[in-house]
Amino acid sequence: MSRHFSRHTRKRIFNIIIMLFTGTVAVMFLLPTVLTIANSFMTSNEITANYGAMLSNMTDDKKIFISENVNLKFIPDKVTFDQYASVLFKSPDYLLKFWNSVILTVPITVFQVLLAVLTAYGFSRYPNKFKSIIFFAYIILMIMPYQVTLVPNFLVADFIKDNAASVVSFAPAKLAETINKSIENMRWAVILPGIFSPFSIFLLTKVMKRIPVSYVEAAKLDGASELQILTKIHMPLCKGAIVSIAMLVFIDYWNMVEQPLVLMKNTDLHPLSVFLSQINTGDIGLAFAVGTVYMVPTILMFLYGEDYLVEGITYSGGIKG
Amino acid sequence: MKKPNSQCGRRGERIFSNLCVLPSLAGVLIFFLIPFCIVAYYSVINNPITAQFVGLENFKRLFQSAAFKSAALNTSTFSLISVPLVLVLSLWLATLLERSIPYKSVIRTFFLSPIMVPTASVVLVWQVLFHNHGTINQVLDIFGVQGIDWMKSSHGQLIIIVMFLWKNIGYNMILFMSALAAVPRDILEVAELEGAGRIYQFFHIKLRYLSPTILFVLILSLINSFKIFREVYLLTGDHPYDKMYMLQHFMNNTFNSLDYQKLSAAAVLFSLVMIVIIAALLIAEEIFGKDVES
Repeated sequence: MSRHFSRHTRKRIFNIIIMLFTGTVAVMFLLPTVLTIANSFMTSNEITANYGAMLSNMTDDKKIFISENVNLKFIPDKVTFDQYASVLFKSPDYLLKFWNSVILTVPITVFQVLLAVLTAYGFSRYPNKFKSIIFFAYIILMIMPYQVTLVPNFLVADFIKDNAASVVSFAPAKLAETINKSIENMRWAVILPGIFSPFSIFLLTKVMKRIPVSYVEAAKLDGASELQILTKIHMPLCKGAIVSIAMLVFIDYWNMVEQPLVLMKNTDLHPLSVFLSQINTGDIGLAFAVGTVYMVPTILMFLYGEDYLVEGITYSGGIKG
Repeated sequence: MKKPNSQCGRRGERIFSNLCVLPSLAGVLIFFLIPFCIVAYYSVINNPITAQFVGLENFKRLFQSAAFKSAALNTSTFSLISVPLVLVLSLWLATLLERSIPYKSVIRTFFLSPIMVPTASVVLVWQVLFHNHGTINQVLDIFGVQGIDWMKSSHGQLIIIVMFLWKNIGYNMILFMSALAAVPRDILEVAELEGAGRIYQFFHIKLRYLSPTILFVLILSLINSFKIFREVYLLTGDHPYDKMYMLQHFMNNTFNSLDYQKLSAAAVLFSLVMIVIIAALLIAEEIFGKDVES
């Protein structure tokens, strides 16, 4: 009996040691985020004093009025919202870029997921040879890195841009003008391939295939049509999966760099995720606040939907489904 | 007599389910598959106007370019180091968190948090950490070690490996945790009764059940390792130090110079390499995980 007890205690002590270890590492994982948020409450002067050396190194070495070392600081000398005030009211550039991110990411997320609901339903019901070939092609496409897929995307974008004018010229002048304008901004060149990216189809098909056939049979006996089976059975049962897939898609595109860089020549329309790389050569005093503002949507999602996220990640496991 | 299999539905129902696939198929054909065929075609002709077949000339040209060689070398070095590293570390963390330790869910949340933070938001913190006069060098200084200018040295890869691990460990860890939870308890109990230790249990039982997940994490991490360009671009801009010149930098520069032939050859080559790697992984998993799959 006593031996059992001591073994139990040993196990508990061991668990606490492991907790301390993993806990320390986990805190280190959180640190970059926390530091960014903490630093966003400093005044611009404090930031320049702390991190100015980074800039002087980049331009010229004569500016020695700032500390030579750059040091991460946790707690601001004085908590202010100066940076936020500047970001929100004085430099509309950042808000504009934030808005650019929104109008690229939101349509991609919404339409990719909607399309996935329909397509996954098609894949999971009545499987046949053609569908499994297509599904296999989607998997191959999914594992292709951007370095491969961006080249075809670029070709199509180029083709559409070059030929749009001649097609549109048949339309009434006013309509043609608006179409030309929206074609010129090249946003669609990022959005459209994003919508047809097969990631969410792949995940959702795997989830839908798990829905028991008996549910569908019961609905059919009650006289449900295929469309009703989709909207009344598959969609409610996959609600959690749909939310988690939408989160994964959103965060992926909120973070995008490669596509706008290659497909959108007009840098004014670039999303904040690309634009932030240029910030360190300019308003370093605002960079932390801009960074913090940029992570607000995803952090909120995380706080409210962590369980969904974990669920979504779990679904994605096991490529053979 | 009604067949028990509902998958043999009426004709109309079958057609409806096929129609559901069509919109997506059309988009994929227009934006990916058909243009990719054109890319493959471009990779074997001299230019789109005269369209003369030149065989592997473009590929030869690609291999002669110093920029491509260095980009391919850097990217493959990075992937070869970081992918196994992230696999081992996330699996190790998952096994640690498998125990019933206090505050487990908080710890899991912390590990998961980098997924939700856009790289662009925290890039300044990384810059400050690895700057020549930055935090890491100052800490090294305390221990009397001469720091190095990380971003501009051949150790630059170390920075992006750290950033890669930071971003990807959480996701993989979750995958492994759920896979570990799915290992049949009765087999583990029998093993424990037979006197098998934790380490034996891990290597001889759990690892075999994990093999599909390991495969998946390998593929996923490989794909993600090609996205490291984001971090490098945000850290160093268009022109990084040599060791951080990645494949995507090469592609971007080739896009800018509008050298379609080189670009197409690179894309075709890269897609072939990916297919070979993944086929090899699938075959390896097939052999290794054969006897445990139901």
